[in-house]
Amino acid sequence: MPQEFRLILKYADEPGYTPDIECYLRHGGYESLRKALAIAPKTLPDGKVVGAPEQIRDDVKLSGLRGRGGAGFSCGLKWSFVDRRSGKPIYLICNADESEPGTFKDRQILHKDPHQMIEGMIISCFANDVKLAYIYIRGEFPEGARILNRALNEARAKNFLGKNILGSGYDLEIHVHRGAGAYICGEETGLIESLEGKRAYPRIKPPYFPAILGLYQCPTIVNNVETLCAVKHIVGMGGAEFAKLGTPNNTGTRIVSVSGHVRKPGYYEIEVGKATIGQLINDFAGGLREGRKLKAVIPGGSSAKVFKAGEKFKLKKKGPDGKDIEQEVDMLDLPYDFDSLMAAGSMSGSGALIIMDDSTDIVAALANLSEFYAHESCGQCTPCREGSLWMSKALHRMAHGEGRKQDADYLLKIADNIPGGRTICAFGEACSWPVQSFVGKFKDEFVARGEADEARRAAGATRPSHS
Amino acid sequence: MSAPVATEPKPAPPAVETLKVKVDGLEIAVPKTMPDPLTGKPVPTTMIQACTLARTDVPHYCYHPKLPVAGNCRMCLVEFGTPAMGPDRKPVLNPDGTPKIAKSPRPAIACATPISPGMEIYTTTPGVKAMREGVLEFLLINHPLDCPICDQAGECKLQEYSVDYGQATSRFVEPKVHKPKQVDLGPRIVLDDERCILCTRCIRFTKDIAGDDALGIVNRGSYNTLSAYPGKAFDNNYTLNTVDLCPVGALTSKDFRFQMRVWFLKETKSVCTSCATGCNIVIGAREEKVYRYEPRENDAVNSSWMCDSGRLNYKWIGAENRLTEIRRQNPGAGGEKITWTTAAKEIADRLLAAKPGTVAIVASARQTNEELFLLSQLAKKLNALTDSVPRIQIGDKLLLSADRNPNSNGAKLTGIAPAQLGSNLRKIAEGIGKGTIKTLLVFGEDVTRHGIGADLLAKLDTLVASEILPNQTTKLAHYVLPGCAHAEKRGTFTNGKGRVQKFMKAVEPRGDARPEGEFLHELVAAVNGNPGFTSIEGLFNWMAREIPAFNGLTWGGLGDTGVTIVLPS
Repeated sequence: MPQEFRLILKYADEPGYTPDIECYLRHGGYESLRKALAIAPKTLPDGKVVGAPEQIRDDVKLSGLRGRGGAGFSCGLKWSFVDRRSGKPIYLICNADESEPGTFKDRQILHKDPHQMIEGMIISCFANDVKLAYIYIRGEFPEGARILNRALNEARAKNFLGKNILGSGYDLEIHVHRGAGAYICGEETGLIESLEGKRAYPRIKPPYFPAILGLYQCPTIVNNVETLCAVKHIVGMGGAEFAKLGTPNNTGTRIVSVSGHVRKPGYYEIEVGKATIGQLINDFAGGLREGRKLKAVIPGGSSAKVFKAGEKFKLKKKGPDGKDIEQEVDMLDLPYDFDSLMAAGSMSGSGALIIMDDSTDIVAALANLSEFYAHESCGQCTPCREGSLWMSKALHRMAHGEGRKQDADYLLKIADNIPGGRTICAFGEACSWPVQSFVGKFKDEFVARGEADEARRAAGATRPSHS
Repeated sequence: MSAPVATEPKPAPPAVETLKVKVDGLEIAVPKTMPDPLTGKPVPTTMIQACTLARTDVPHYCYHPKLPVAGNCRMCLVEFGTPAMGPDRKPVLNPDGTPKIAKSPRPAIACATPISPGMEIYTTTPGVKAMREGVLEFLLINHPLDCPICDQAGECKLQEYSVDYGQATSRFVEPKVHKPKQVDLGPRIVLDDERCILCTRCIRFTKDIAGDDALGIVNRGSYNTLSAYPGKAFDNNYTLNTVDLCPVGALTSKDFRFQMRVWFLKETKSVCTSCATGCNIVIGAREEKVYRYEPRENDAVNSSWMCDSGRLNYKWIGAENRLTEIRRQNPGAGGEKITWTTAAKEIADRLLAAKPGTVAIVASARQTNEELFLLSQLAKKLNALTDSVPRIQIGDKLLLSADRNPNSNGAKLTGIAPAQLGSNLRKIAEGIGKGTIKTLLVFGEDVTRHGIGADLLAKLDTLVASEILPNQTTKLAHYVLPGCAHAEKRGTFTNGKGRVQKFMKAVEPRGDARPEGEFLHELVAAVNGNPGFTSIEGLFNWMAREIPAFNGLTWGGLGDTGVTIVLPS
């Protein structure tokens, strides 16, 4: 039976572990920062001198760390895109706007072990020559903001932050900025606009790639809370050692939030790809409730495409002879990592499994999700603004006994006009993927619902016969 | 006397490096950079600019060449490809040696995506058509579709693109989003938020061009609502440009709304007369009535904008009390209607009988170059003291000039006005007072408000007043000549920066009113014995030969946007 592998949450849930700095220091806190600051410049055979920041950046690249916020983009690559020749200051922003439904991992870190995140952030800033950094925390985390501010003050008092950190000559200041309650502020360019005091309208890319034209039109790095924590461990254990955790190209650990129809919903830290969806449901989260059968799983936060129970995928795997062999894999046997879920047509996203058993009204479930996205669309660009509410209204109608048998196709046609680069940001995908996948995979239920409603209306009944 | 040749004051811009792209198979060389609409600095050329150069239309709502790019409407999505690169970073070639093109899996907005060498842009593929249809459908689902009562009907981009990408029926069966209607946004603007497609053109213009951070979007998602800052009126002198910019019927002009269907308007190229900037305009008129002015693009003068005060300054053209009769008057004892022929003969006789130096002329810097030139010919012959009335107020940094006369430079160049406009008015008043000036010709001014009062006018043997609307001077005149608004004639003005611009006739003059130039031509012919030119083209070209600063200009050469001359220092 697979076990949790607690790296980031190693101490968080230990009895007596507190978020204050003394507790953190007793558990080896800020040792990685000391190590990072003490890295000596290295002279390459060609005479080129590589400073400590660049060595850390190389190590992060070597570690294979992929972003934990949702896109799973290589952290080392993201850092390598930063325009370091512009002469402008480089900013780093910690994205603590954890808002994807089903996701509650960053909250654990922020509330229980804030210094770990701050240490990772200071190291990341040092590695990228950042002098000023921000933590953008969602407005609904007032306690998290309070804890972070206290932790930053503690770190400042101990000179882990501020001028001439630990005598290294390196200066850094970090500020906490609270959001005002909008999901879109988690989109990195929307976050930047919001941080600048504007309406959180995501920016068009090109030209506003954060690595070149980010905060205040300066090069900017936006990293997730969990990603920054991983950087601390990469420096602590070395990138090569970190890369041994997890599976190739899916390194390190991930904190997976499991919610929905399971006996033990909660967060479980695993080596990436070392547990399957089925194991996460049954071995970690205690399995389904008595007498219930699995109906569907959303594997990566509510915007990820849903998996239907029993769904099979053909995945390519490297055989012993190094050749690709195609293997049929049941949904439950998919390793929980970035690449397998993507190959299966969905994504691990923010690392959130939402489990639905056979008591789920799939129409109502999708109506619920769509309502969220219609409410959270910033409304800047046409397809998402109009499409998200249109789908939500249609699903609301269906969920309230006013369905039509053509509604399944109607919904798919709306959803097909939103994603795929038609919108400014990935919200277009986030609002349309659930509709495409729910309606696509449970089409018979949507059609049956519409037919039943039509039949009932034809018979003169006005009240829905279901739900 | 030197003869300065009419030239553009700006030196030719340095040659810009070009790169080759293909638009729907047509290869064209495109400048690598184009000037930023706000800063003028070179920025990478975008796909939509390349398509424009290739004469390929890319439909769009939020994009406007004079505004910063927003990229929100998504109507300009196109498909594209770039030369494929091998692992050796060298282009991959087709068997025939041409570069292999890697088609992008995702579309791009043409308004914001820079071009690159060898890029191929596809605007007519089924995929592009489907995206345009999708965007248009989304824009219309919550739109009220109230075209029959919408002022934008006929010049609406939703209607325009519906012809190309619309559906005959809607599949939308949900209740529409309802938003504020008839929002009183400011003194000149009414907003219908349900018609608004949230393109933010108005917001960008107001913030970035007019410098007034007055407009913004409130609420979220499909409930997004354009709004002025809560509790504040949208009130700067450029608000009506947002009505022009609005691609739909959301922002309407209180002055124009519900007055006339736009397809009935005859459009005439003209110039605004409210200040020395000379913004290029289009006059919209129907059945000899002017309904609106709209700015006409001229990057040498007004870009695509005009101020509200100039735009709304047209009502006087259709005023009820317009002077429509030629009259001979015995001030204080009534008068009678006469003909132009009689008036010309009698006034010419009086001028010919006048002793040299006893005639003065107060012309207006609102008159055309040609009229002022004819008056200068008269003045030369009669050795008359001349001037025109200055109108200096406070200008702004955008378009409004402190000089509210449209043609102060014309008055100066023709010699009618001294370098300091109005500095001869006192001399004329003194001359009348002393009895040395016995005849006064007044064109388009009420001299009683400019230092030549009724008591002085009463001393004159002959007072001729050519005017559009009645005033104290016309009341006291011996001859009243009904004049024309600029919209009722053709001519040219010389703006504050020396740009000579022509305007065309939009409506017929009222009653017996007739272009001043025609009458002046007859008067000059009678007094000077020189037949001159009866056509505006001939008259202009004659003037261009006579006035050094205008040398080299021709009526035809002025084009629609004028020519800048070198003003004598």
